Amino acid sequence: MDIPMEIVYQRPESLTDTHTHYCPGCGHGIAHRLVAEALDELNMRERTILVAPVGCSVFAYDYFNVDGCVAAHGRAPAMATGMKRLLPDHIVLTYQGDGDLASIGIAEIMHAAARGEKITTIFVNNAIYGMTGGQMAPTTLPGQKTTSSPFGRNTDIAGYPIRMSEILAQLDGSVYVVRRSIHDVQNIRKTKKAILTALKVQEAGLGFSVVEILSNCPTNWGMTAEESLTWVEENMVPYYPLGDFKVRDDAKELV
Amino acid sequence: MAQGTVWIDRERCKGCGLCPTVCPKDALEMDLISLNAKGYHPAVLINEAACTGCAICAVICPDVCITVAREAKPARV
Repeated sequence: MDIPMEIVYQRPESLTDTHTHYCPGCGHGIAHRLVAEALDELNMRERTILVAPVGCSVFAYDYFNVDGCVAAHGRAPAMATGMKRLLPDHIVLTYQGDGDLASIGIAEIMHAAARGEKITTIFVNNAIYGMTGGQMAPTTLPGQKTTSSPFGRNTDIAGYPIRMSEILAQLDGSVYVVRRSIHDVQNIRKTKKAILTALKVQEAGLGFSVVEILSNCPTNWGMTAEESLTWVEENMVPYYPLGDFKVRDDAKELV
Repeated sequence: MAQGTVWIDRERCKGCGLCPTVCPKDALEMDLISLNAKGYHPAVLINEAACTGCAICAVICPDVCITVAREAKPARV
């Protein structure tokens, strides 16, 4: 007798059917899916507002089946602040890259965290400006070759990368600050768990939550998708250690 | 009979090649003979009997083009 099959995985409802413009193997696709699965599981889709950044993920509002808009470069936390204060029963998410959050938008993210805004930030860190052709970002590793640092990042001239999660964890307004990676299946699952916790922190109204996701950029790193995930594991994870930098006591029961 | 199976949306696949690298049964491969409308070689299930429906391929797929099914577990009495 044939045993009936049941669907165990399908496209989450919080993603639209639009084909993404991301390059083959881009980590944004994985990060998008994890956020969408988390929104589905927590049944938040109908009351979520997504603030898309400027960067590769600028069209995120086309890919998520939630309300959304795009902020000026780096200003997603400021826009999200206004939305959350006007619509406190909504879930307000910002989805930002490292060029957006750690460079031009560093003032907005720092003050949103310091004010303890009850929003959630998904911070995708791929150590490069992807959309504009792979220039050096604030998060580019020392010695890493980019189109604007063809001999590798020289720390005498360009300084050192910024570890955003460690900085944000110092601010009293932040409640849940963690860094995860998507370089293998196990870490992808951990990342999803962190996104679920961050959304629960916002739902409980505790304060600011952020999940930093180490991601890849196969095109601008000049690698295949598989090589780029290995590069994340071997080069980015040692510089940007994974872990929980801050889980405030009242958020521990949500983890 | 296979314990599970996957359906790959050929037109959505961008041929990044990540799913064959994680499949524990080596049941997936890139289809190097044909192209989809985007011009990529999509992934294809080559060994249907080996698939267990573990969904690891779906976990790593950046374009969310894999749907996974597996045998329904009998209801516990």
